[in-house]
Amino acid sequence: MSTTALGMPTVRHGVGNIFEFEPFPEYAEKELKNEQLRANLGFATHKIRDKRAAVINELPDWQDLRTAGSMIKQKVMANLDTYLQEFEKNFTAKGGHVHWARDANEANEIALRLIREQGVTEVNKIKSMATAETGLNEFLEEHGISAIETDLAEEIVQLGEDRPSHILVPAIHRNRTEIRDIFRKKIEGVNPDLSDDPAELAEASRFRLREKFLTNKVAISGVNFGIAETGTMTIVESEGNGRMCLTLPETLITFMGIEKILPTTQDYEVFLQLLPRSSTGERMNPYTSMWTGVTPGDGPQNLHVILMDNGRTAALADQVGRQALHCIRCSACMNVCPVYERAGGHAYGSTYPGPIGAILTPQLGGIEEQYNSTLPFASSLCGACYEACPVKINIPDVLVHLRGKAVDLEKAQGEFEGGKKDRHIQMDAMMFGAKTLFTSGKLLSLATRGLPASRLITGRSHKISKLPGIVGGWTDYRDIPEPPKSSFRNDWKKERGEAPKRVGGERVDLQALIAANQGKLAEAHAKAEAANPIVKEAK
Amino acid sequence: MRVALFSTCIVDAMYPRVAQATVEILERLGHEVVFPQGQTCCSQMHANSGYFDDAYQVVKTHVQAFEEWDFDAIVAPSGSCVASLGHQQPMLAERAGDSAIAKSAADLAARSFELSQFLIDVCGITNAAEQLGSYFPGSVTYHSSCHGMRLLGLGSRQEDLIRTVEGLEYTRIEGLDQCCGFGGTFSFKNADTSGAMVADKVANIEKTGASVCTGGDASCLMNIGGALSRKGSPVQTVHFAEILASTKEKPLQVSGPVSITAGGK
Repeated sequence: MSTTALGMPTVRHGVGNIFEFEPFPEYAEKELKNEQLRANLGFATHKIRDKRAAVINELPDWQDLRTAGSMIKQKVMANLDTYLQEFEKNFTAKGGHVHWARDANEANEIALRLIREQGVTEVNKIKSMATAETGLNEFLEEHGISAIETDLAEEIVQLGEDRPSHILVPAIHRNRTEIRDIFRKKIEGVNPDLSDDPAELAEASRFRLREKFLTNKVAISGVNFGIAETGTMTIVESEGNGRMCLTLPETLITFMGIEKILPTTQDYEVFLQLLPRSSTGERMNPYTSMWTGVTPGDGPQNLHVILMDNGRTAALADQVGRQALHCIRCSACMNVCPVYERAGGHAYGSTYPGPIGAILTPQLGGIEEQYNSTLPFASSLCGACYEACPVKINIPDVLVHLRGKAVDLEKAQGEFEGGKKDRHIQMDAMMFGAKTLFTSGKLLSLATRGLPASRLITGRSHKISKLPGIVGGWTDYRDIPEPPKSSFRNDWKKERGEAPKRVGGERVDLQALIAANQGKLAEAHAKAEAANPIVKEAK
Repeated sequence: MRVALFSTCIVDAMYPRVAQATVEILERLGHEVVFPQGQTCCSQMHANSGYFDDAYQVVKTHVQAFEEWDFDAIVAPSGSCVASLGHQQPMLAERAGDSAIAKSAADLAARSFELSQFLIDVCGITNAAEQLGSYFPGSVTYHSSCHGMRLLGLGSRQEDLIRTVEGLEYTRIEGLDQCCGFGGTFSFKNADTSGAMVADKVANIEKTGASVCTGGDASCLMNIGGALSRKGSPVQTVHFAEILASTKEKPLQVSGPVSITAGGK
């Protein structure tokens, strides 16, 4: 049999809510002015952060678990085609229906068709990132179908006609009083004197949702993991509203990104330890649902899964960037991120905010689209996200990798579409100037002889308080100290002259010294405690 | 031991006193210090801004400058730059298709140490007052820069050495592991977010009541010091090498609005 080469399929990026529509720095600037938002975010992120740290510190094998999680995900990505087909076979064999969607639009269309087949105009929804990514609620609304969010925080966002700003706590930007006001205005028949007591707020929500659970016959969900060897779907959640959605309706339609596969049930064990601790800071989440096909007389009898690509294959094609697909949506990275903590989730534009969003959004939607190229720069590269990630996604490395792509793209296009050209020209010029100096010690020596001249700018205040152009961002918030009279290299040359470069002889065995000094750090630490004990941190 | 000093570009041009202090500490321990004049920068500014081709040129310059010299170890007063040598330089050279430079960069990185790492792990120093004669009477707090802490895994090395300096009174800052907002070109490309971060860092520094904030990276200290200066705060920023180099005979003078003069030199 002869074979015909069909060539490589073209990279197809996704559509939906995976775009930054405004440059991140400009969006962030607006959000930073919202004092209430910053206070809410600071309070909430620090609270979850502390809770997470406490439950992680009690596990002696946490680092091993992270490694296991990372390795399982690497295996999945390396064999994704095989696992997806295995999953399809097993899910179908147990009475479920599998649909394949190349992008968000196709996924939404499939869901609409399945809902219409049931002849309903209202469906219940369990909290799901995949349907937020496809913009399903808005799409259904346009086609005359109301999707009722049943997760408390998603309900707050939906009733407030707002956008989620966090993947685990979508209403993290709202405080209790704001929530009370939304409920008073939007829940029919609610007590007009509703207080901001959390128990009362939860009761008001329960009152509204209970009726929806008992009457709506179709529910839509996302999924945390799909297990290939059994065709089992799993969802972990806190409120039990998800359990209601998964068990009460006749029809259940699940959106699943193709990267959500796990090979075996045994692999699930690793993630059940990693996920709750990393996301809510709990040892175990309150509700863990697993469903395998249709069980006659029990639970949904009409079972569907929509396997969605929407840019995931494009991400998979990038050897460095593909690790973003390992994400289990725990949100630990955003909870520890100093940029997210201040700018908030909306500034990232996409359904996926924070550090993971900054590497996922440009890969799913395309770095050349809209202002996605500004996202990889929205980080100080402090590395807190990598340290927190339960599956060891090296977010800072991927951010830097994508910055390279953004710069290459800019060079190829001359400018970003709709971008601010002048800024890039200044940046290019600065980088060119620095490169010229940094590729020659001699030039740098000559250039730093000009340091005394810069003291003319600093004048009597001995500092620089205002700079023009892009570096003006520095002096908006800080001074620059007066430069020294002379650089170190020029002083050294003057005082010490040239030492011989080559002296020959045996090199000291550094590794032997390090091995001999192995206990020294503990010793230094003990001596530091004795000399200057840390009684408590300054509060 | 023959030690090659990697001053780092920011210390060379803006804070020569930090390099002087590093030399003083190393010479006090009996090491011979040399300064390969061809050195410039670790390449992080270009690499982290996405200018990989330029970064590779800087990597090549670094490798060639140090390979011209015989030495046992490279020491730099920066956790960030040392982390970059091993973490980024080989990758950048590989990306440019230059595996010879990639290998040399990795070999040099394996012999490169951040100052506190060199002092404790290679020289076995555990008490700055006793073994280095370090003396600095004053109230001090400390910022642990992110790259040293997370990429290089310095742990408590810098803080431990600072705490054993004679006469020094130490208060740990709240949120020690929180980024100061510098982040290289992030500081002006995302100026408002960066500004909000350093504002919180400065507030936490002031809460300690310390008159000096020290740290192991001149870049972060320039960010923090610049924000303190803008706020009109009397708190000064000093690199921890300057505190370790300070002795009873030649004490570190902390003076002026932002300028600090190392004693002796």
